[in-house]
Amino acid sequence: MKVLVAVKRVIDFNVKPRVKMDGSGVDLANVKMSMNPFDEIAVEEAIRLKERGAATEIVAVSVGPAKAQETLRTALAMGADRAILVQTEEEVEPLAVAKILAKIAAEESPQMIILGKQAIDDDCNQTGQMLAALLGWPQGTFASKVEAANDNVTVTREVDGGLETVKLKLPAVVTTDLRLNEPRYASLPNIMKAKSKPLAAKSPGDYGVDVARRLETVKVVEPAKRQAGIKVGSVDELVERLHGLGIAK
Amino acid sequence: MSVLVLVEHDGKSVRDATLPTITAAAKLGDVHALVAGANVGGVAEQAVKIAGVAKVLVADAPHLDHDLAEEIAPVAAKLMADHDAFVAPATTFGKNIAPRVAALLDVMQLSDILSVEGPDTFTRPIYAGNAIATVRSKDPKKVVTVRTTAFDKAEHGGGNASVEQVDAGGAVGASSFVSLEASESARPELTSAKIIVSGGRAFGSSDQFHALLDPLADKLGAAVGASRAAVDAGYAPNDYQVGQTGKIVAPQVYIAIGISGAIQHLAGMKDAKTIVAINKDEEAPIFQVADLGLVGDLFKIVPELTEKL
Repeated sequence: MKVLVAVKRVIDFNVKPRVKMDGSGVDLANVKMSMNPFDEIAVEEAIRLKERGAATEIVAVSVGPAKAQETLRTALAMGADRAILVQTEEEVEPLAVAKILAKIAAEESPQMIILGKQAIDDDCNQTGQMLAALLGWPQGTFASKVEAANDNVTVTREVDGGLETVKLKLPAVVTTDLRLNEPRYASLPNIMKAKSKPLAAKSPGDYGVDVARRLETVKVVEPAKRQAGIKVGSVDELVERLHGLGIAK
Repeated sequence: MSVLVLVEHDGKSVRDATLPTITAAAKLGDVHALVAGANVGGVAEQAVKIAGVAKVLVADAPHLDHDLAEEIAPVAAKLMADHDAFVAPATTFGKNIAPRVAALLDVMQLSDILSVEGPDTFTRPIYAGNAIATVRSKDPKKVVTVRTTAFDKAEHGGGNASVEQVDAGGAVGASSFVSLEASESARPELTSAKIIVSGGRAFGSSDQFHALLDPLADKLGAAVGASRAAVDAGYAPNDYQVGQTGKIVAPQVYIAIGISGAIQHLAGMKDAKTIVAINKDEEAPIFQVADLGLVGDLFKIVPELTEKL
């Protein structure tokens, strides 16, 4: 079984984003960038499927700027077999990414496509579901457990009321939640080896996908700031303050 | 403009998340509430009474049970021929289905909106709520999910909508429901609780997490939440998680205990009216957003607080 994983280059999760003075967006100049954490979990899950013998080949795909090559090299160093970079310096919306991935899926015929459930920059949480719709495949979103067997995959999903398990016919799309696995760090020898793994460079035009934006960002502002309040010195004082708020009176 | 709202329900009654979603949708136009499921006549009866709902559309068929996106999305997409916008709550239910509807319509979705600024313009959080974007959609139809804490709940009762049965389509059959491991709790739900007590990794174990937090929560009539670290460590189930990728809450009072305050956690609770922080590290970032802070050992403070409240 071939597995496709999609990865996105985003602001590192430890960096506090700063809104640009002109309100046009978030300042990404000289900011540390990394693989979207949910996508790391997707890559790890694909590798585990391969290690268990359920997957035979892992193809990592990224739609993004030239520097997304680094993100793909990280995926290759973790254990992906080859990579495809669909390069564009434009910001590409989830719908267009899903269309590109659908075209790649048509060429590569994977049995499973694993994506992070959301990117921590735009927080959209859309691409996997859109891709599944475009392909007419079932979807196992917010996965905390994935078990592939024969022509099916059983996915346990983190939902608001607990854990839901669904069974999907392959091919299927899976999106990862936080507790699916703990991604490995790439070892130095594997980082070196990844440099010689194949990485194909493509453009959205190669797939005939129009990436023109459907959403126009009018402005980006900082949210209203909370002011730090006061520190109390004892539990008694805290209780008094809480009573003052009408709590547990 | 007519708006199709996807009703979240449990098969018997309308879930609370639907109510603020209807409030948001009503800012766009006439609200038609879609109740999709199996044997959902009772849900439809409730939905007609919600203030602001003009019409209830019922798609009732066995294959629409269990909220499977593969089955519900085509039904909703077909109804969109007669609607200008599709609106769903930004819960795991809505987040699962809405993008699938959007792709079927070739529309770019607006996720997790905080406000409706105009017929095609909305605000939404990006970067874990560290920035708020005002976004205008150029698509002919809109697909939107709604942050439920950002809108008032539409009133249950007073409405008098008509009911119409709609085509439930045929079963797609690509997916099936296996099981739901539901978290049973007598406490209020996190997303609608007035008071939340929330614990972090500092509790050290699942036993201590529950032994200390549960009595405090019971005393306050509060819901219990957790940081990602506490859930990852197995102290609390996944649906307790508050944060960027967990639940977004906005209670009257949020009491964060042993939670340092990573930006991902703050993203989920910083709209609480009052934030109380208890942490042994006086430099913890949680104190930068807390209205009331108490520095000290939670193992001493929490039992004392529970006793004295």
